[in-house]
Amino acid sequence: MDINKDVLVLMLERMWLIRNFELKVMEVHSAGEFAAAAHPYIGEEAVAVGSCLALKDTDYIAGNHRSHGHPIAKGGDINRAMAELYGKVDGYCKGKGGSMHLADFSIGILGESGIVGSSVPVATGAALASKIDGDDFVSMVFFGDGASNQGACHESMNLASVWNLPVIFLCENNQFAVTTSFKDTVAVDHVSDRASAYNMPGVLVDGQDCIAMYEATVQAVDRARKGEGPTLIEGLTYRYEEHSLGLGRVRRGEYRSEKDIEEWKKRDPIYIHQDRLISQGILSAQDCKKIEEDTMKRCEEAVEFARNSEFPKPEEAFEDMWANPIPLP
Amino acid sequence: MTQTVFIEAINHATKEEMRNDSNVFIMGEDISLSVYGATQDLLSEFGDQRVLDTPLSENGFVGAAVGASLVGKRPLVETVSSFMWVAMDQFISQAAKMRYMFGGQAKLPVTFRVSMLYGSGAAAHHSDRNYPMFMNMPGMKIIVPSTPADAKGLLKTAIRDDDPCIVFEDGNLYGTRGEVPDDEHLVPFGVANILKSGSDVTIVAIAGGVIHALAAAKELESQGVSAEVIDPRTLVPLDKKTILDSVEKTGRLVVVDPAHKVCSAASEISSIVAQEGFWSLQAPIQKVAAEQVHIPYSQALEKLIYPDKDKIITAVNNTLES
Repeated sequence: MDINKDVLVLMLERMWLIRNFELKVMEVHSAGEFAAAAHPYIGEEAVAVGSCLALKDTDYIAGNHRSHGHPIAKGGDINRAMAELYGKVDGYCKGKGGSMHLADFSIGILGESGIVGSSVPVATGAALASKIDGDDFVSMVFFGDGASNQGACHESMNLASVWNLPVIFLCENNQFAVTTSFKDTVAVDHVSDRASAYNMPGVLVDGQDCIAMYEATVQAVDRARKGEGPTLIEGLTYRYEEHSLGLGRVRRGEYRSEKDIEEWKKRDPIYIHQDRLISQGILSAQDCKKIEEDTMKRCEEAVEFARNSEFPKPEEAFEDMWANPIPLP
Repeated sequence: MTQTVFIEAINHATKEEMRNDSNVFIMGEDISLSVYGATQDLLSEFGDQRVLDTPLSENGFVGAAVGASLVGKRPLVETVSSFMWVAMDQFISQAAKMRYMFGGQAKLPVTFRVSMLYGSGAAAHHSDRNYPMFMNMPGMKIIVPSTPADAKGLLKTAIRDDDPCIVFEDGNLYGTRGEVPDDEHLVPFGVANILKSGSDVTIVAIAGGVIHALAAAKELESQGVSAEVIDPRTLVPLDKKTILDSVEKTGRLVVVDPAHKVCSAASEISSIVAQEGFWSLQAPIQKVAAEQVHIPYSQALEKLIYPDKDKIITAVNNTLES
């Protein structure tokens, strides 16, 4: 597939933006600047970036608790994302959603969901609207290997297939549901094998390769826009960090070995892509360094933006319940 | 005004709103052949892009309705109260919470029509009157019509409302008749209906409880007791002023609720009156609600569980004797 150079560079930039965003989040979280749970996406950047860059702004995404990578990959505003983590008024949800519920409806980000598997039916419904309206908007939903065992996933895939909906089920198989290996919980070798039960294509992709993710998603998007129905894509990837910040009791050695982690890090999604761009003469090592540094600077600015934003006023706790307001009891 | 059967009124409301707004579509199990009776002739008029028979996947299709509403559609979903349990994640985690959680970005103009098919030997798995559980969770408007006119007017209002609405339809009322206005008929949320004026006792009755309350009030009238019967019509929002004003006049309150009595709608209404209308009360509040056991199959047992005319009369007499 011939991919525009600007897209190839944007892939690298978005992956660095996610990586550095997460590094800053971990830094300020450990410094106690906010205390709530947050789920680092480090190691999985190619999945969100490769797939989201295959979409248009008008297409929809929905995601899950490991939630920062998806909106950033789709072009979300990192200042508003960071401010949301700080619980500030300039956050995407004015401080009401936090890390697990980033959303930007203006660019089709229909929200991340804290309940595993729960956003899969919602994204399927957005695709149903596209089908009824006869427009060409595609809906894509991110979920993990753990969520692939939820009934919501199965119900949605079946529904999408029998109704021929323009939806892409994007399983980010990062190997573990918190500490439990997918090999112990998924009855087939690959989540993508399940696609055959729903009569849709199931595509297994190297989730560390941004271009592979992009190409697989472009095909699925094309299929969806032509009215040929849903696709299940499984990106095989790896979570470098623990399930959630603040989950200190879990010691990684108890469920995965340092050796495995190091093996996966040798196939880091950012460096795979960066080395390729350098070897193809698209970017120099210096260009790449500049992207890394510039994105880090933007993330530092996002932290400053979040710090300087105000906390919501007390009365704001009572706002945003209703579109057509009714008195609170 | 035209005499209309309750379930026809629902059908009429659906057709009118589907004609009125092309974003309205309906989905549910076995709706194109109208197994439950409310979706008669929808398929022939609106086609299979707007009348969707779903797989038996309540969690999936409730969530799909939520998702479609997020991007501009106005889905109407037909299901059964007892099937809501398998879709609770989508009702609660998504429909109820999305707008607030996303800081007001989301608008969810989705309406769920839910049949409560109790009282005819359906046993524990098909007899739920579960609206109080949804009252407990902020974020959904809860509608409990008791007349054909209200069934029509409230459903039309729900479909036009931009928030998630659940219309709990009492299956015992489906065959009842009543006058329905011939012209455009919309009933606002949060306005209780005083079905009968009275001065001695206030009876607030919900859904199918209303017909028993009216029967009790009629019999009490012949015994010289003047009962005021109020139907809140919507539980979220709740018109507490009409109830409090009535209790101020009568000094006595009986609340009739076909739901299980613990944490019922009756509990909430009783609590409001105890807190805000205490000085009007001349007797303890009486709750007449379903007993706290499951719904038994046998007709010898099931009828013992729900509120009925005699239980309401006993409760009224208790307030009068205090």
